[in-house]
Amino acid sequence: MLEYFEPSKDLGTPAILSEIMISIDIDGVSISVPEGTSVMRAAALHDINIPKLCATDSLEPFGSCRLCAVQIDGRRGYPASCTTPVAEGMQVTTQTEKLAKLRRNVMELYISDHPLDCLTCPANGDCELQDMAGAVGLREVRYGFSGENHLQAEQDHSNPYFSFDPSKCIVCSRCVRACEEVQGTFALTIDGRGFDSKVVAGQDQDFIDSDCVSCGACVQACPTSTLMEKNVIDQGQPEHSIVTTCAYCGVGCSFEAQMKGDQVIRMVPYKGGEANQGHSCVKGRFAFGYATHGDRIKEPMIRDSIDQPWRVVSWQQAFDFAAAKIHKIQAEYGRESVGGITSSRCTNEETFLVQKLIRTAFGNNNTDTCARVCHSPTGFGLKTTLGESAGTQTFESIRKADSIMVIGANPTDAHPVFGSLMRRRLREGASLVVIDPRNIDLLKTPHLKEAIHLQLRPGTNVALINAVAHVIITENLQDNAFIAERCATEAFSDWQAFISEERHSPESSESITGVDPILVRKAAKSYATAANGAIFYGLGVTEHSQGSTMVMGIANLALATGNLGREGVGVNPLRGQNNVQGSCDMGSFPHELPGYQHVGSKAVRDKFEAAWNVKIDHEPGLRIPNMFDAAISGKFKGMYVQGEDIAQSDPNTHHVEKALKSLDCLIVQDIFLNETAKFAHVLLPGSTFLEKDGTFTNAERRINRVRKVMPPLAGLADWEVTLGLAKALGYEMNYSHPSEIMDEIAMLTPTFSGVSYDKLEKLGSIQWPCNDQSPEGTPTMHVVDFPIGKGNFAITEFIATQERSSKRLPLLLTTGRILSQYNVGAQTRRTENMAWHAEDVLEIHPHDAQERGVADGDWLGITSRAGNTVLRAKVSSRMQPGVVYTTFHHPGSGANVITTDNSDWATNCPEYKVTAVQVEKVSQPSIWQKEFQKFDKKQKKFLPTESAIESL
Amino acid sequence: MQRTIYVPRDTTTLSLDGEQVATNISINAARSNQAVTLIRNGSRGMFWLEPLVEVATDQGRVAFGPVTPEDVESLFAADFSNPSFAQQNAQQHPLYLGKTEEIPYLKKQQRLSFARAGIIDPVNIDDYIAHAGFKGLAKAMQLNAQGIVDEISASGLRGRGGAAFPTGIKWQTVLNCPPQQKYIVCNADEGDSGTFADRLLMEADPLMLVEGMIIAGLAVGANQGYIYLRSEYPQAQLILNEAIANAYSRNFLGENICGSECSFNLEVRLGAGAYICGEETSLLESLEGKRGLVRSKPPLPAIKGLFGQPTVVNNVLSLAAVAHILADGAALYANYGMGRSKGTLPFQIAGNVNRGGLVELAFGTTLRDLLDDFAQGTASNRPMHSIQVGGPLGAYLTPQQWDTPLEYESFAAIGAVLGHGGIVVFDDTVDLAEQASFSMEFCAEESCGKCTPCRIGSVRGTEVIEKIRNGENVADNLVLLDDLCETMIDMSLCAMGGMTPFPVQSAIKAYQAQLNTNHQSEPHLSVDQHSTERA
Repeated sequence: MLEYFEPSKDLGTPAILSEIMISIDIDGVSISVPEGTSVMRAAALHDINIPKLCATDSLEPFGSCRLCAVQIDGRRGYPASCTTPVAEGMQVTTQTEKLAKLRRNVMELYISDHPLDCLTCPANGDCELQDMAGAVGLREVRYGFSGENHLQAEQDHSNPYFSFDPSKCIVCSRCVRACEEVQGTFALTIDGRGFDSKVVAGQDQDFIDSDCVSCGACVQACPTSTLMEKNVIDQGQPEHSIVTTCAYCGVGCSFEAQMKGDQVIRMVPYKGGEANQGHSCVKGRFAFGYATHGDRIKEPMIRDSIDQPWRVVSWQQAFDFAAAKIHKIQAEYGRESVGGITSSRCTNEETFLVQKLIRTAFGNNNTDTCARVCHSPTGFGLKTTLGESAGTQTFESIRKADSIMVIGANPTDAHPVFGSLMRRRLREGASLVVIDPRNIDLLKTPHLKEAIHLQLRPGTNVALINAVAHVIITENLQDNAFIAERCATEAFSDWQAFISEERHSPESSESITGVDPILVRKAAKSYATAANGAIFYGLGVTEHSQGSTMVMGIANLALATGNLGREGVGVNPLRGQNNVQGSCDMGSFPHELPGYQHVGSKAVRDKFEAAWNVKIDHEPGLRIPNMFDAAISGKFKGMYVQGEDIAQSDPNTHHVEKALKSLDCLIVQDIFLNETAKFAHVLLPGSTFLEKDGTFTNAERRINRVRKVMPPLAGLADWEVTLGLAKALGYEMNYSHPSEIMDEIAMLTPTFSGVSYDKLEKLGSIQWPCNDQSPEGTPTMHVVDFPIGKGNFAITEFIATQERSSKRLPLLLTTGRILSQYNVGAQTRRTENMAWHAEDVLEIHPHDAQERGVADGDWLGITSRAGNTVLRAKVSSRMQPGVVYTTFHHPGSGANVITTDNSDWATNCPEYKVTAVQVEKVSQPSIWQKEFQKFDKKQKKFLPTESAIESL
Repeated sequence: MQRTIYVPRDTTTLSLDGEQVATNISINAARSNQAVTLIRNGSRGMFWLEPLVEVATDQGRVAFGPVTPEDVESLFAADFSNPSFAQQNAQQHPLYLGKTEEIPYLKKQQRLSFARAGIIDPVNIDDYIAHAGFKGLAKAMQLNAQGIVDEISASGLRGRGGAAFPTGIKWQTVLNCPPQQKYIVCNADEGDSGTFADRLLMEADPLMLVEGMIIAGLAVGANQGYIYLRSEYPQAQLILNEAIANAYSRNFLGENICGSECSFNLEVRLGAGAYICGEETSLLESLEGKRGLVRSKPPLPAIKGLFGQPTVVNNVLSLAAVAHILADGAALYANYGMGRSKGTLPFQIAGNVNRGGLVELAFGTTLRDLLDDFAQGTASNRPMHSIQVGGPLGAYLTPQQWDTPLEYESFAAIGAVLGHGGIVVFDDTVDLAEQASFSMEFCAEESCGKCTPCRIGSVRGTEVIEKIRNGENVADNLVLLDDLCETMIDMSLCAMGGMTPFPVQSAIKAYQAQLNTNHQSEPHLSVDQHSTERA
């Protein structure tokens, strides 16, 4: 197999961090390892490979298989090398006649209860049991095969992605331990004892009905074929593998795409990946089937009007058609009448190219990105207070956090791999503060020690964070030394005076937030008095009319308590999509060129103008909502949208649809006919992450390599499509590989100046800033000072949203995500993940449900001032009374038909998280839904049939 | 002097209708208008005499037994409860046993841990104090932590659960851990077949255990104790909980014990019916609410035990001995015993014997002497043939081994164990191959299932012995059984799998010897013959 970076050899037990080195002698080899390291790992590090079955380096040693027994001078018996830590001067022998005999005898016992079907077993070629039988030289099983056994144990194929065949199980508990230690779900257990011991899911249920979240950790851990991917069962072992980066959420997990030719057999989390360290979730691990789904758009298509069928054309015809249209629009309506949207799902290089196309070929700054609707307040808020639009830490930093504050984020669903890491730290004893209107799963973490849930009313974040800060200041819990040394004095004293006002006290805020002041005080103390306090937040912070204020309120807390500039602390936005960080970094915003360099700065413009040989407008261009407004008013006529489904994901669908229908030329580049594409005139086939080279930047600013494992289905990778379009528009860009695009990014962007593909190959990944000061990147930000010098406290006045519950609209709707589906669902809806979440539902509190006579499964009409839609009810006490909740993974749900055009005061990030609604039982879909279905059907009919394509 | 009658309330007595005996005594006393104080004591440990009813007289207690409910009327007719020894008409009663202390079975013992057993009301604090109770605690409170540990080390006390690890060293390890939450855990999961000393103590003198645990807490800096009690001991649970409640109400437990700075809290937790939870690390897992699964060592429970904190895990008898050692001094305790086995061990005589019961003696007596002095032959009146010492994981000993002194090192030297002091006697009709098979089956039944040698090995062991008994490839299967036993001994994670070969191999050896003896008279039964025939 092709291996990038170090091969993922299994060292048996996890690495131990210790300054103290211990020297021992194993088989005559002197070895020095950190104190606490197991004898097994010490040996493996020096290629002395002790047989093992129950040990694997992602799990704590267990000591059950006994194969790894060794002899140690001066010690009785045959201690297991996995559970024996090294001791100074220890003399270990790993191979003797006696050990060989004992190991063979143990293996003989294993095989006496194992089917002898190695040649037809799906694990053939990748089976540790087989390997070990070979290693110990087992030649016969004297017990015979007529004894008691488990060969008839019932199989479980209920999970769509993997099978469970207990007849192959050796009861090493690796799956159970992986579920506990790595994933933290505790869905698996050993039932029965002695010979009857068996692995069961949940309460001896089918996997699909159990608590299992299908993360794949158990499958990964299984040394036999007991837990095995169905793909491998069907297609056999892969023949080569390529390390790449997952294209789902902002965790940015590294995976080995294990291949047979150009076909992905399985995605296996890559142990060398620093973001995920060998862990995965159901999406990245299993839900890659969309890449080869029949719905993929494989040919460029054009049409003059959205009421016409698509015409399949060549790439060049499509480019020329689009370019002609854009030129015509610009000739008629002016240079500013067109713009584009970059994608947070595409690579850094592709995003860079799209904004470059807009700034050069379009000749304006009308570029924006989907971060507008998610994390734009993060950019504004963190830049204002800390000087950089980015999270301050590595994920791994949480292992040192003592108090963990999670605000408006649902990591176990939306950032599952990081959620597992967080749960691990919580099990180790860190205290948890959750600020969320919903009772999220993190609060149900098994073995959670201390947890405080501040279950606030939607829309009152700023009032609550001010109350927390008020407690810190008035109870004198702030870090005076940090403030004196690292923060701007005047800003602090202004803020101190502001926040100390009685109106910000938890008691005064209670009427706004609905949160018990005693809990607020407790939470403030938990965060402020912990040795290391770390804050993680998500869209529950940003997607409000005060999103930017809240981000600054969070930064204020970290500054006041000195929780910045080292491991275990920090302010950490959890990014929604795989490359939100990157799309922001790459200059997608109308006011900023790559690296957050403002278009208003002449020095900046000079640099880019010289490099690109164009004139750059010194005024910021249009943001997405401005583009919609301008389109409706007839001033904005053409748009190039790469890999974003604005028709589904942006708020106030009626408004968005109206805007899209007003365009003369909508160019959509996507892998599917998404909702936006149904309004398009040019449809350019996109390529998935498997089909191209590039980089993604995750929530910890980590630049990870995306590597092409199969050719683009439609012949061109996304970056090549942008090149073609730019050329047709008259602006030629010459790159033969994305690495050259990165070289240009590095040249123009101070925070990326040290980044290159060569360095990425060497280091695996790089956290920006990466430049002369930090040639290998920057894991922790703001260690010495802030990019703006001193930390800047911002005044965070709470100005309530206009969106309030009323007699007519008495409930507040808030929106979120679910584990098995991703964002607009374009990818996950085209996978077996549908088994878990086939439709969006409206979660409603039993109290509100009873008042309306609503039962589970009833159709509910949901009306806001923007529109109405219909969803099925799910009665759930996760919500507080008065708050309802839904997801927007299915376009037909129309969740955004009801969200309003309210937005963040600073960045226009939409207020998805608060919509006043009324809910009532209905018997049929909404008018919009009916129209949507009709439109959807019509647009799908416009797609060429397979035979039509072939006839071309 | 008032009339005082003692009827034990221990499990054995209750199983022999002792409750009805007590009821009948109350009824008869009321009927005959006698003011009688009925005290429900613990057992004296002479089970063949239970229910053993005692009466307090001016010359000490006299005993009657075994008393059935039907006997009560005749005892009253004989005015058996008369406190004047001289006027005791009941001395002619067929159940009259004389002064309890003079019963040879008791008189020949050296009772230290069981000194109060059967004498006091087990849950009565005043009674306990009147019989030198809490003397050890008072002494401990005058010492510092290290002083207490030193006293225990000097006594030479070794763990009575079976492993015989020096208690002082264990305590020292816990004491040496920096101050933090520490725990005292009492292993009262007495699961060995043929053993009952823990139960007897907890039902007869529970406060001695409570006192021992408080002292342990003082010694290592632990303020919380748990008694992990097997669920099959409901009566012990009842009595322990009464005793603990009484100790709390008199401030021997709780905060600021007896006005001191020290605090100690104690509660009883029930097991869930798994033998393996008598193994200390499984016990800790179970106590934490998890599956009873053996942990790998290191880390030692003394350093990372219950909930990951430093923990003393000691057997009931070890902790009970602590109270005595502190009360009367390490030197006195160390005077008993021989070699490195100091003090006394409560032997439990069971199986095919006439007089089963508890015999506390200093280490050093031989097995033969013990049985000659106390057991009074087999119940079947056939010759004794094999004796399993040390519970289900102990070896079967044949007559030539019976002169081995009952102490740890001498037993280890012959490949046997003393364990928890359980002794189960078999007569000459025993089928030793069946016993060997039973030992493997026991392991298969009770294995936690974690390590392979025990989980699969015990099942295969049963099958291989079955083949041997059926005469299938006997020579090969004997080799295989030997290999299996070697693997279990050397590779098992804990003593469950690691010691199962002891009874198996000793029984098989004795079985072969039996066959060979028979072979001289009946040549066709020879093992070699068999294997040759089938080869």
